[in-house]
Amino acid sequence: MKARARFRDLDWTLLAIAGAICLLGVLEIYSSTRTSAMAGMQWRQILWIGLGLVCMLILSRIDYHTLLDQAPMLYLIGIAGLFVVMAVGHTRFGAKRWLAVAGVPLQVSEFVKLIIIVVLARFFTEVHTDRLTLRDLMKVAAVAGFPAVLILVQPDLGTALTLVPVALVGAFLAGIEWKHAAVVLLIGAALVPVGWHYRNHLKPYQRQRLETFLRPEDKPQTAGYQVLQSEIAVGSGGFWGKGFGKGSQNQLGFVPVRYSDFILAALAEELGFAGVFVTLALYLALLLRLLENAQKAKDRAGMFLVMGVTAILGIHVLVNAGMVIGYMPVTGIPLPLMSYGGSATVFVFMALGLVMNVRIRRFVN
Amino acid sequence: MSYLFGNDQKLPQGRLIFLTYVTVAVIVLLLIGFWKLQVIESGHYAELAERNRIRSIPIIAPRGRMLDREGRVLVDNYPSFSILLLRDDARLLERSMPQVAEGLGVPLEDLQKQLDESKAQPKFQPIVIKPEATQADIAFVESHRADLPVMELLMVHRRRYPRDGFLANAIGYVGEVTAQQLERSEGRYRPGDIVGKAGLEREYNETLQGTDGMRRMIVNSLGKPVKTLDNLDAISGHPIDLTIDYDLQVVAEADLAGKEGALVAMDARTGEILAMVSHPAYDPNDFAVRISPAEWDKLNTDPETPLLNRAIQAQLAPGSIFKIVMATAMLESKAIPEDFHVFCPGYGDFYGRTFHCWDKRGHGTVDFYKAIVHSCDIFFYNVGKRIGIDRIDYYANELGIGHKTGIDLPGEEGGLMPSEEWTQRVFHRKWYPGETISVAVGQGAVTTTPLQLARMIAGVASGGTLVQPHLLKNFPNPHAEHIAISEDTVEKITQGMYGVVNDGGTGASARLQNIEFCGKSGSAQVIGYDTRTRLGKQRQFKDNAWFVGYAPRRNPEIVVAVLVQAGEHGGAIAGPIASDIVKIYYDKKERRRQEQTTAQANQPVPALTGSPNPAATGRPVAAALPPRGPEQNAPAGDARR
Repeated sequence: MKARARFRDLDWTLLAIAGAICLLGVLEIYSSTRTSAMAGMQWRQILWIGLGLVCMLILSRIDYHTLLDQAPMLYLIGIAGLFVVMAVGHTRFGAKRWLAVAGVPLQVSEFVKLIIIVVLARFFTEVHTDRLTLRDLMKVAAVAGFPAVLILVQPDLGTALTLVPVALVGAFLAGIEWKHAAVVLLIGAALVPVGWHYRNHLKPYQRQRLETFLRPEDKPQTAGYQVLQSEIAVGSGGFWGKGFGKGSQNQLGFVPVRYSDFILAALAEELGFAGVFVTLALYLALLLRLLENAQKAKDRAGMFLVMGVTAILGIHVLVNAGMVIGYMPVTGIPLPLMSYGGSATVFVFMALGLVMNVRIRRFVN
Repeated sequence: MSYLFGNDQKLPQGRLIFLTYVTVAVIVLLLIGFWKLQVIESGHYAELAERNRIRSIPIIAPRGRMLDREGRVLVDNYPSFSILLLRDDARLLERSMPQVAEGLGVPLEDLQKQLDESKAQPKFQPIVIKPEATQADIAFVESHRADLPVMELLMVHRRRYPRDGFLANAIGYVGEVTAQQLERSEGRYRPGDIVGKAGLEREYNETLQGTDGMRRMIVNSLGKPVKTLDNLDAISGHPIDLTIDYDLQVVAEADLAGKEGALVAMDARTGEILAMVSHPAYDPNDFAVRISPAEWDKLNTDPETPLLNRAIQAQLAPGSIFKIVMATAMLESKAIPEDFHVFCPGYGDFYGRTFHCWDKRGHGTVDFYKAIVHSCDIFFYNVGKRIGIDRIDYYANELGIGHKTGIDLPGEEGGLMPSEEWTQRVFHRKWYPGETISVAVGQGAVTTTPLQLARMIAGVASGGTLVQPHLLKNFPNPHAEHIAISEDTVEKITQGMYGVVNDGGTGASARLQNIEFCGKSGSAQVIGYDTRTRLGKQRQFKDNAWFVGYAPRRNPEIVVAVLVQAGEHGGAIAGPIASDIVKIYYDKKERRRQEQTTAQANQPVPALTGSPNPAATGRPVAAALPPRGPEQNAPAGDARR
């Protein structure tokens, strides 16, 4: 019973949605950088998208069961990679996250995210029953927690936290007991106000440090200033926007890293609520399409893989869009497929490759 | 492949559907968030965005000028331009940089470095790339407005001070506000503000400093100014009128040229300072733009201390000038009969030690009058011994010795009047009787400033009124202390001081025709006789020459204190300088009187001509004075404001 996957079995709908999002991203990158010294950045983003598509195709070829088989090995490689970054990584913007591979700086943590999705999918599949015991839950926390801590010390709190929903969604689908779920939620809910409480008790310089820790790129200006400028950009965009390439906040450089983390603010200013509506609708379509693929997966292993991808992309959208309008802290999480960035873009396409992988094989016995 | 078996085919569809709802809810929540900002609160944020597009360029307020007592300009401003680099358009900037660098004569690397250092500041804030732009620089910016729109001119006002340190120590200088001042100002100063750092510039900074204005412009999406929104005009600082008489100051500066010392001329009735000199001085114009750390260091470590305003900060032994304090103490305390006299052989033994008179030949029999006229040390040694340190201390304090005069200048020193209490407090020992003998002739631990001595002599001569010296013409409520000195004491002492100049005394060379010029000379040792014998006669150990002169003899109008460091003979060196100032003062007074009488005589009858002569009561003109000293030091009056 050899799996036969064919090219036409790819999820073309999913790809079309992803392509539309990429197009919006490339256009907004062009608009944000055209008058700056970084002009022409959109071409590099297109290159990354191309590279991502290739990676996606390659990843969709390899049977996901083979990948799951190799999960322990992948896990070791991922952990080793994080240690290598710690030892010889490049420090950019005050954080050690990059590793030069053939002259290209790679953000190892992006690929570790992918590995964690695979490892957790394997783990949850092996539970077999519909009941997740406390012991299993502890194991999940340990397996996902170790690389998360390694990413946390880079420091990259944002990326580390994106691993949490992968584990939570997985546990939920693997049949977490309500009392356990309640405890987990209570702990989480308790941590937020505790953190919030102490945040306000910090001395200004400590808070500054915390903010710098959360987002080291921002040393010259405080995170508060960035969020305010982002909110001004979004709010002043109004319903229809100021027009493509005409946002003063964006064009005059008030919006921080407007081609990357705050690209949604730039888009919101120039294309207005209408543009945001279209964008978020595209993301909703993307996520719902992923959920559909999960429901149609041939087995639990496939479902866990797809839902891992869904969880991680969902949290990216939620945190990034929330940050742009000041509802979420500034943690440096990019908007999938829109924000400029090599490793991040390739990661999303590889994650979509996993989904294709599962989809292609849904009828194969 | 263990995970291929068991219930692997069975998916938790219910929970997947639940997650679908969660996803939809999250996106809807986000949309609500955007709706709130972009539709409900859009107006508020549009306003904020508009504010972001407004660029403010400061309009620097000019500082107030300083005028002398007759309205002649002493300190003024001149416009100067700084060249700003606008950094809005990165690509245009990159293209223009080589041309800008070449046109302004700034190395391209330096420019690039400045630009890199400013990366952290928002792009819409221009940076200063060249302060003190030359005419050629300004022309370059103006002529390239079209093709190099990355440059802008910022007008600032620089201080123009009289050249060569004229009145420098009194005027002071300005400089960039320090971090400390910034903190203490509670928001009144901004970084980069120019404030008074020393002298009158500092004392009257609040008055002199104006309020900066602001030019607000709307910039387009490329950061180019589209139109001026509004101008918030700068409010100029207020000018201050000084009590300084330019004519007297010129003479005083010239007389002390090349010497190390100080001079204070004061109106003895009001406390108005007519001239104030401290030499060597510095040129405050060097501070007006920016002083290099090396230059600053040199000024600070210069052994001749040009930054020290000797007139109020030099704390030196007053020498024989102090004998006026002794004379007052002797007559007022009545501890010794008025006809007290001694025989001066040129030396005397006190408490087992031999003390010399300045005149080794001796003065013979010396009474009170002769003691002052010839400044006999032996007489005052005996007076000191008999009345004791407590009485000396009391009258010295009464006459302001060892106390600040309260002049309106920062950093005045008080000097020191030693006492039994003082030695106990500072050295934890008893007062040695021998010290009284030294103090009696203004040596030992006594130190005073030139201003203090001028005020003291004027105080005695005016019958006990000690005025508060000041440099501001409309000084609010100058206080005056009245001390009780009997008429008899004043008469006796002033007769003595008249004799110093007019009766063959130590100040005979300072005598003036038709003017009751009086005074007291002093030659104060810098170190003890013994030490000097040991070290040899080096310049820095030469006696300081003092002379405090005034006129007329009773109720003086003007008092002048002169200090010439290492001048050796007070009467011969410092005396003529003091009389010079007094002479100019009376010359001016006489001319003013004559002008008034002529003007009155020529006064046309208004009813006949209908055009009164406005210049009739005009003030005396400096140029009418006989030319002396250096050419006009002060800048010409400039009505630009």
